[in-house]
Amino acid sequence: MEFSSIYTIWLREIKRFMKDKTRYLGGLINPIGYFVIMGFGLGGAFSDVVEGGNYMQFILPGIIGMALLFTSIFSAISVIFERQFGFLKEMLVAPISRTSIVIGKVLGSATTAMLNGVVLLLIGIVFGIIPAAQLNPVSILIALVFMLLIASSFVALGLALAAKMNSMEGFQFVMGFLVMPVFLLSGVFFPIANLPDFLQVLAYIDPLMYGIEGLRYALLGTSFISPFIALGALLIFNGLMIAVAARLFKKMSA
Amino acid sequence: MARDHMQAAIVLAGVTKKFGAFTAVNHVSLTIPQGEIFGLLGPNGAGKSTTLSMLATLSNPTHGNAEVWGFDTTTQKDEVRKNIGMVFQDYSLDDELTGFENMDFHGRLFGMTAEERGKRIHELLNLVDLGEKANNQVKTYSGGMKRRLEIARALLHVPKVLFLDEPTIGLDPQTRRKLWDYIAQINKSQGITIILTTHYMDEADALCSRIGIMDKGEIIALDSPQKLKAKLGGDIISLAINPSFHAPATAALSEEKFVREVKPFDHHLNVVVENGAYAIPKIMELAQKNKWHVDSVSVKEPTLEDVFIHFTGKSLREEEGDEKGRMRNMARMMGRR
Ligand SMILES: Nc1ncnc2c1ncn2[C@@H]1O[C@H](COP(=O)(O)OP(=O)(O)O)[C@@H](O)[C@H]1O
Ligand SMILES: [Mg+2]
Repeated sequence: MEFSSIYTIWLREIKRFMKDKTRYLGGLINPIGYFVIMGFGLGGAFSDVVEGGNYMQFILPGIIGMALLFTSIFSAISVIFERQFGFLKEMLVAPISRTSIVIGKVLGSATTAMLNGVVLLLIGIVFGIIPAAQLNPVSILIALVFMLLIASSFVALGLALAAKMNSMEGFQFVMGFLVMPVFLLSGVFFPIANLPDFLQVLAYIDPLMYGIEGLRYALLGTSFISPFIALGALLIFNGLMIAVAARLFKKMSA
Repeated sequence: MARDHMQAAIVLAGVTKKFGAFTAVNHVSLTIPQGEIFGLLGPNGAGKSTTLSMLATLSNPTHGNAEVWGFDTTTQKDEVRKNIGMVFQDYSLDDELTGFENMDFHGRLFGMTAEERGKRIHELLNLVDLGEKANNQVKTYSGGMKRRLEIARALLHVPKVLFLDEPTIGLDPQTRRKLWDYIAQINKSQGITIILTTHYMDEADALCSRIGIMDKGEIIALDSPQKLKAKLGGDIISLAINPSFHAPATAALSEEKFVREVKPFDHHLNVVVENGAYAIPKIMELAQKNKWHVDSVSVKEPTLEDVFIHFTGKSLREEEGDEKGRMRNMARMMGRR
């Protein structure tokens, strides 16, 4: 493994983030909007649907997952620009492996995506949405692990798509047929048990669902799916996506 | 790595690149000695960038093989990469980062230590007169400054061979000329072999010790600019003459002993003769006799443009290339506002 090249590529993403924090944190407007509007708007109607009855509490982990999903995919897809017109070639002509490029990109983009997630987590803490019992180092650490897995998996997925897509035109397609279903079926706003059977099957193959269930376990202390199953499913998805992205980068010629 | 000094910097042996059924580079064989500034001259779409991309290990030849500094470009990619510096036709800087940070990123990827990087980055930024701009974001740079930064970056890891793909595309004439000075100076002071591509004949003429003229994926002529021009021989008399007279005039002129060659071009007829001053009166006499309407006459020594016209029957400029080439050039220029 080429740790120094991975670090270099990670460092570039961090430097870019530091120079333009507002743009990156702009990714928070949507999730916070959903959180406030859905939380207040549907909270009353849904109070008997979710366990314990606190709807805002129920959706917070999902909102964090949603923010991670969107920022990760967007950040990875921007590689299409780098691929078509520029900077990617600067990396491809360096004496480093394609796998290192992918891992560096995954870690860099995942780190900046996680900073969005952390802001939402802090909102949950500051406004007392997360139960006091969960405010301990172990729970927060578990939450961070799930956040990292969600972010890095979807960055890798985005990189795999970017390696295959020649223009931003395919992007609408990706949004409509991949990102939105993943988001809607992940159980952000309702327990997936409420879904009819055939949609539940789809929810069970939605990797984000496992991520959000893991976050629910960490932040609320209860979850529908065992945290171990959630962790296992996410780890498999993560490894698979990174392997696919690395493979496609190897095959890609500039 | 002891290397024979007589060894070539680049060897291409029957290199072909196909994209599906389309052949972008067609059986190119070429040897470039160390220390040379070699130019690939040809219109957009000729296959220049594709050739460089294979030399830079970014794509593999469909047939044939290529060596850079003794290393095979398909089986020894990392060795090749360590020995080359690449300035792409497409803009390849990170606009958000500073000039120094772009350089530093490159040095780290090439495994240079912090000490080596610090020293050489400042040296090179000064070499291209960007020392004072080192800590400004690249998006504040002018087009010429960006190109100079790309060149400095390509030199950072002390490569043996520098590739410059259309180094002055989209720059104004004054900036282009200054960039030529930098390139010539780098060739001298760093003792580095330079391979550049261009579709500007003046650029190839000013910079290159040898030129390969490329068209439709093939090298159709290969020599020093002087010799290429000498091959045409003599002077070129350009007659601005109504195209309806082109056919009879070509026929009549070709009959004359003092005429070597007649080629129609735009609204002109280019007549290659041994001695222009001596030939003009004779040509005008013929024109009068046959009642061709000649609007103007000019004599010039052949340029590489004429060499290109001679070999291909078309102008470098009129071949402004395919849609993709144009798009890329646009993107390049926009990247360098
Ligand atoms: N990846 C590719 N896929 C298909 N065709 C390509 C590709 N890259 C280049 N070409 C085609 O190959 C030809 C040569 O392109 P290029 O090497 O970029 O020319 P030049 O650099 O001389 O302008 C062009 O017709 C171009 O459209
Ligand atoms: Mg080109």
